[in-house]
Amino acid sequence: MIPTPDLSHLNSKDFRNIYEPAEDTFLLLDALEQDQDELRALHPSICLELGSGSGCVTTFLGSLLKPSLAYMVTTDINPHAAVATVATGKKNGISIDTVETSLVQGLLPRMRHSIDVLCFNPPYAVTPSSEIAGNGIEVSWAGGIDGREVIDATLPFVKELLSEKGIFYLLLVSDNKPDEVVSLLQVEGFNAHICLQRLAGREKQLIVKVTRRT
Amino acid sequence: MRLITHNMLQCHVKNCNDNNFPLRLEEVEVELVEADFQPEFLQNIIGKLEWPAFVNTAVQLGNTNLPATIPDNAKDNEEFLKVLHTALLETHVQQGKMVCPNCSHVYPIKDGIPNMLLAEHEI
Repeated sequence: MIPTPDLSHLNSKDFRNIYEPAEDTFLLLDALEQDQDELRALHPSICLELGSGSGCVTTFLGSLLKPSLAYMVTTDINPHAAVATVATGKKNGISIDTVETSLVQGLLPRMRHSIDVLCFNPPYAVTPSSEIAGNGIEVSWAGGIDGREVIDATLPFVKELLSEKGIFYLLLVSDNKPDEVVSLLQVEGFNAHICLQRLAGREKQLIVKVTRRT
Repeated sequence: MRLITHNMLQCHVKNCNDNNFPLRLEEVEVELVEADFQPEFLQNIIGKLEWPAFVNTAVQLGNTNLPATIPDNAKDNEEFLKVLHTALLETHVQQGKMVCPNCSHVYPIKDGIPNMLLAEHEI
């Protein structure tokens, strides 16, 4: 079993500014753990997470890959989250570099077709469109119409980022019309399927696993 | 920010499309932080680096140990891999700024975190 990352360096005050790991985070960890043999066999060189928040997911992935080393890099638009991600990595013995940016701005074209593992727990909550702007904790959940606005803005980058052998793990909830997202990815030429799902209260959360079609 | 990350960042100001990589490091504070030496990882990552940009950046920081071109025997050359390891993974830029060589836009680095955000009118 891979240990859940130690977050004891973060307190309730930190979680006023950054998203505190919750059921959705743990579902993403479980999806990675479920694929641990495949992920180790992949020998990833570069792992990228968008909107890394506390850094829990990338730290977990780094621990899962040990003793192999990969370049773990994340982005977050929230400066508090960027600091927390680096600190969580450090606390758990995983070197993570975090870039304060929106999604992948500044990382392309250099990271084109380079990402072996891509993770995204997006802002998926249904909110008014006006709430998705900004850089505070609200952008960790505010997803606009159908909770899909940031997700849809990210999908075109997947083709740019994934390496030939790359795997993309995307968390969604039922409000996001996950079957539609899967179809959109398939139309783009990817293999995409729901690899894990769970009820969290009344909300169904699920993980879409995406690979290039070979 | 390790130099591997610096090697991945490019200016994305609207209409700044040429000569916008690598970003020039200025007024930097650098820390060396020991990291596990893993030859397999280095062997795999070499192909993903923009080598001349990486060498130039290391020189800007006073590290002149990297060869101008990747040696033919890079994958078995432990001496080379160790030099690469230090520059790529142990050299952390903690404070400073990155300046676009084309449009001179300044991207700050604070507490080891590069900030690539642009204002609305710059995108």
